[in-house]
Amino acid sequence: MTSSLWPRIEPLLAQVTKPARYIGGELGAREPLHEPGRVAWLLIYPDTYEIGLPNQGLQILYEILNEREDALAERAYAPWTDMERAMRSAGIPLFSLETTRPAAEFDVLAFNLSAELTYTNVLNLIDLAGLAVRSKERTGDAPLVVAGGHCAFNPEPLADFIDAFVLGDGEEVVGEISEVLLDRVADHPRGRHELLRALARLDGVYVPALYEARYDGTSLVGVVPRFRDVPERVEKRAIGDLGEWPLPKQQLVPLVEVVHDRLNVEVFRGCTRGCRFCQAGMITRPVRERPASQVDEMVRAGLARTGYDEVALTSLSSADFSGIEHAVSSVINDPQCSGQVSVSLPSLRVDAFTVGIAAEIQKVRRTGLTFAPEGGTWRMRQVMNKLIREEDLYSAVDSAFAQGWRRVKLYFLIGLPTETDEDVLGIAELARRCAEIGHRYHHNVTLTTSVGGFVPKPHTPFQWFGQDTIEELRRKVGMLRDALRGARGVSLRWHGAEATAAEGIVSRGDRRVGAVVEHVWRAGGTFQEWSEHFDLGLWTAGLEAAGLSLEDTVYRHREQREVLPWDHLSAGLHRDFLWQDFSEALHEHVLEDCRWTPCYDCGVCTGLPVEHVVASSVPPAGGSQGTGQDISVGGLMPAHFVHEAHRDMAVGAAGGAEDPAARRSLGSGPRARTTSGARSMGIVDTRASGGGA
Amino acid sequence: MIVRMRFGKLGKVRWTSHRDVARMWERALRRAKLPVAYTGGFSPRARLSFGLALPTGCESVAEYLDVALEAELEPALVAERVCPLLPRGIGVLGAGEPEPGSGSLQEEVTSCMWEISVPRSTRSELDEVLSRLMGAASLPILRERKGHVVSDDLRPSLLALFAQHTHDELGTTLVAELGTRPRGVRPAELAELLDIELGLARRTCQWIERGGSKFEPLDVLPAVPAVAVERAS
Repeated sequence: MTSSLWPRIEPLLAQVTKPARYIGGELGAREPLHEPGRVAWLLIYPDTYEIGLPNQGLQILYEILNEREDALAERAYAPWTDMERAMRSAGIPLFSLETTRPAAEFDVLAFNLSAELTYTNVLNLIDLAGLAVRSKERTGDAPLVVAGGHCAFNPEPLADFIDAFVLGDGEEVVGEISEVLLDRVADHPRGRHELLRALARLDGVYVPALYEARYDGTSLVGVVPRFRDVPERVEKRAIGDLGEWPLPKQQLVPLVEVVHDRLNVEVFRGCTRGCRFCQAGMITRPVRERPASQVDEMVRAGLARTGYDEVALTSLSSADFSGIEHAVSSVINDPQCSGQVSVSLPSLRVDAFTVGIAAEIQKVRRTGLTFAPEGGTWRMRQVMNKLIREEDLYSAVDSAFAQGWRRVKLYFLIGLPTETDEDVLGIAELARRCAEIGHRYHHNVTLTTSVGGFVPKPHTPFQWFGQDTIEELRRKVGMLRDALRGARGVSLRWHGAEATAAEGIVSRGDRRVGAVVEHVWRAGGTFQEWSEHFDLGLWTAGLEAAGLSLEDTVYRHREQREVLPWDHLSAGLHRDFLWQDFSEALHEHVLEDCRWTPCYDCGVCTGLPVEHVVASSVPPAGGSQGTGQDISVGGLMPAHFVHEAHRDMAVGAAGGAEDPAARRSLGSGPRARTTSGARSMGIVDTRASGGGA
Repeated sequence: MIVRMRFGKLGKVRWTSHRDVARMWERALRRAKLPVAYTGGFSPRARLSFGLALPTGCESVAEYLDVALEAELEPALVAERVCPLLPRGIGVLGAGEPEPGSGSLQEEVTSCMWEISVPRSTRSELDEVLSRLMGAASLPILRERKGHVVSDDLRPSLLALFAQHTHDELGTTLVAELGTRPRGVRPAELAELLDIELGLARRTCQWIERGGSKFEPLDVLPAVPAVAVERAS
């Protein structure tokens, strides 16, 4: 077949930035032999090499496929704009890194969808591969185009471009897809349509072309199968036991610096903390821990093999891992590591206990600590069910500064349901107070306050909520800037409100949003995740051309009975549970982490053939997310953190001081905060009520 | 002790940067479990010191690296252990100990030899341009530094330039000895002076000139055969 494109690629490299993005050569990379009887997958991450290479999902599938006798896998990433220009003018298509083979020679192009704003890159890469971007225009032998990853849980905006989506964990299903394709590769009499029908019979595989999106006027009323053997509802896949998948065994070590450039060991998958804004936590349930001994082994073997001096124990909240102290101390005390290996725990839980672990493990290369309280007031944190009590927060920050850190970063969301100006200003108040605490220990501290606009995500309790407008987000950020002016040690950073709006278009869009994505791409709008390339004008023009509006796709509150574009797809969560939890949120009722408490039946463990795999039967020391903690005092700040002069104000601003007795048990008694009108709508419009006050 | 190694960078890996190469070495040395000395403090780093940066895209068979070790080890053994752990295209060509009291590679090297392919010029065309260059009293180029346009004279750094027939391909090879003082000259800057398209550039030698004679930074026979540096493509 075709030989390598390398002789034609290499002359382009002198003209482009960061040419090493295009040479592969990582430790752990395979150069598989393409031969009959092996289904060739090209795994594609639709962003730059540096962003895409560390993606663990892609690396896991890369190993699984290359270890199969009936499959093989290579990788590709989005070439930067300079390289793309050079490739197009030299007539070079998208190619694989390992054997520099044209993408069109593979049987499957498989995209990882981690972020909505990369969708225009997906179209661009299909086009760069030399294929028609629209699924129905790809015929005959054209490679199958599939996609998976978190964004696949609302695949509708890409429904016209992707042949099949995989929902949930990919470990098992990639093999099943290979088997279906192998039949095709071997005998071939089946046409493309038969192939899609066969794929739709696999659990967890959604083939959008076999479904019809029905509208009543401008409202979506259903996405329904066009054939009897096509399931009405596609359930996600979930592996039962992470211990059976000790992958990646050969994590790729790139020749160039990439993000998260370290050994990554996944300690558990799934999260049941129940933060209501968090899509990752909802769609990856239940919690499946890796056996502690396997974590040890993967860390030890991984460090020896890669030569990395940093290992991250990854998950959505690693301090909750049952074996966390053991896992950490075994790395720290390993004589092989001799004080040169640092451990990092992405997504630190916010409490002093966790900071204690962090202090122990970051004996070397101690840079900064990052916490995500997400909300500026305890009230707000109850609404989003991020149950960080004032006490937890301030003792975590105090402990961090006391143990020598000088840089602390705090993440917040704005634009959440029921948010008032008081809640927004609570962020500034909190940041100021944290910096004050820092100044008790150090002359110079940096407290970075990072603020992002909330984008409601499918399959979460907040999926019905109308996103804040660009103007409203700007107003809130402006308020924070004013409030933080002159605050010593505090620096404010925010994410662009325009990009937040564009993300919102795609996040909950239906099939009609596909035309918007295509419009933006055709107008040259690639790399929309990158501020230097992002252009809201392209998106609004695309909306207009498609007869859609920001108001309808982004800002509008969805109604309880309204059909949502992803209702025919399931992450295992009952829609009723999500609605109930949304209502609870509006009443500031909280929900405990179900890992250590009785099941409240979100639907996952009862509906899917999986359940929690958690080694410890008790919550971590000090409690976590409502378990083993007294939530009734969540809004109270320990007196020693309060500056005398501010004491009254501080407790008042925290907002939880009133009548703690009434709120001791979780979910008891709604607080009369929401207006009755808002409640009948099921939501509180922050723009109409408190937000504008 | 300090072990000095000479290494090559050939094939696809030439598209990585000097910094990338430094990180490849750090990881390979850790994987080899060699007793590399580390700096102290909150950010311990392996005590490695590299010579003159090789521009991204250039090949070399004459790169140098000094590694500080906490224990005494025979340099050849160090090379033998680390070489198989380096990425394809990076290979150790020799190892030894620098002369006691010698300075850093950056300070000591006075000139480098280069072989640069000239894909679209004949030897006589090239000869003509080269003699014009060598005959010039000064060769200023404009560079922007800290927001100011400055003029650098490259002529003092052009120590020798001559054209050679290429054996395997069409075109000609330019052989150049480029000094490092008052400033180094990169092959791309040479192309700018020549106003000729240059192809692949390979550093073939680094010289230390002292007291009228020239030495290489490492005066030993190769510890590892040169074939260890394989072409990546």
